[in-house]
Amino acid sequence: MDYKTVLTTCAYCGCGCGLYLEVLDGQAIGTIPSKTNPINEGKLCVKGWNIHEFVQHPKRLTKPLMRKNGALVETSWDEALDYTVSRLKEIKEAHGSDSIGFFASAKVTNEENYIIMKFARAAVGTNNVDHCARL
Amino acid sequence: MKEQIQQHVKNLLAEGKIKGFLGLRQQGTDIGPYLFTTADELEDLSLGDRQDPGDSRYPLDKILKRIAHKYPTDTFGVLVRGCDERALRQLFAVSMLHRDRVIPVGFACPSELAEKHQCWKPFPDALVAGEVSPGFAGGEDAVGARLDLLAKLQEWFDTFDTCVKCYGCRNICPVCYCHDCTLEEAALLPTGDIPPANPNFLMTRAMHMVGRSLCVYCGLCEEVCPANIPLKSLYKLVAKVVGQEGTTPEGRAAQQKTSGSGQQAVGSQG
Repeated sequence: MDYKTVLTTCAYCGCGCGLYLEVLDGQAIGTIPSKTNPINEGKLCVKGWNIHEFVQHPKRLTKPLMRKNGALVETSWDEALDYTVSRLKEIKEAHGSDSIGFFASAKVTNEENYIIMKFARAAVGTNNVDHCARL
Repeated sequence: MKEQIQQHVKNLLAEGKIKGFLGLRQQGTDIGPYLFTTADELEDLSLGDRQDPGDSRYPLDKILKRIAHKYPTDTFGVLVRGCDERALRQLFAVSMLHRDRVIPVGFACPSELAEKHQCWKPFPDALVAGEVSPGFAGGEDAVGARLDLLAKLQEWFDTFDTCVKCYGCRNICPVCYCHDCTLEEAALLPTGDIPPANPNFLMTRAMHMVGRSLCVYCGLCEEVCPANIPLKSLYKLVAKVVGQEGTTPEGRAAQQKTSGSGQQAVGSQG
């Protein structure tokens, strides 16, 4: 028997609510809001309360997907990135930088958002960059 | 007080009476549930008082239920306050936990915490540590003018409209145990419109809590509610309407006064 409570931060939005994931024999089985976290003070929203469900969900994406012949198929990072780079270059050449947009995430770190912002503005040359928290 | 609990649990573990002890652990400034399986880990035991008494309470009974469900033949110890022990008894009564396989390790709450939560018995019978205080003696309800539920019904429905549908009150409740929860019934959750209407399930939940005399008035639902809906007050008012006044903190306090069972019972249980 191995029961653990893992203190972590909710990944569903940018608020940063503190919660404990309950892990029983390697399976995430429950979520408990942290009473001592200064942000959420023992409260959570409906998404946060159910965050343990996605961690080991069988439908969770673990590899890049590419649409081939109308169907999404798993592929390697190399192939996915090479394809993305070549297409972005083609689109930029043909239609200009502002024909490309970047969509970042409130669920990742500040640093990762900084990188995508820098990539959009400095590498691609567009101000079309936004993120999911601005719904 | 903590040292007494630590020693008691160490003995239980050393004697092989329990497979683990579900309590609270301090990690830096955080306090959360933890299953202690060795004596060394107990150094970090917390009683759930960070800045104020009882400001870091968790539904340990409910968490234990999940562990015991997978390991039904093992015996576990669990840290309990007065309210936790009441919840434990409710779970025994509905066979969600087996009373022979749970060893409650109890401590008493100070009177300021008892008054804050209107707890009529702020100490468990399985008392291992702490000074017993008399607890809530009844009197004016905190919600005062809103005491008559039916007269103020619209006001309550307006309050229900602030519900953000997080289900936190159900999730945190130590005595909510159903596999199929009525609050997720399609009939209570209107869909299709944007924004969706607020599901009016708070009254349904109140009926479940009170009508079946389940609620132990621990107040965890109020603490978890992001909309600060006074759920405990609602349950008390519903209890009045359905003739279950005796199960409210005021009702229990009055019963204790007439039977004199409060302090005397404590004396005999040391």
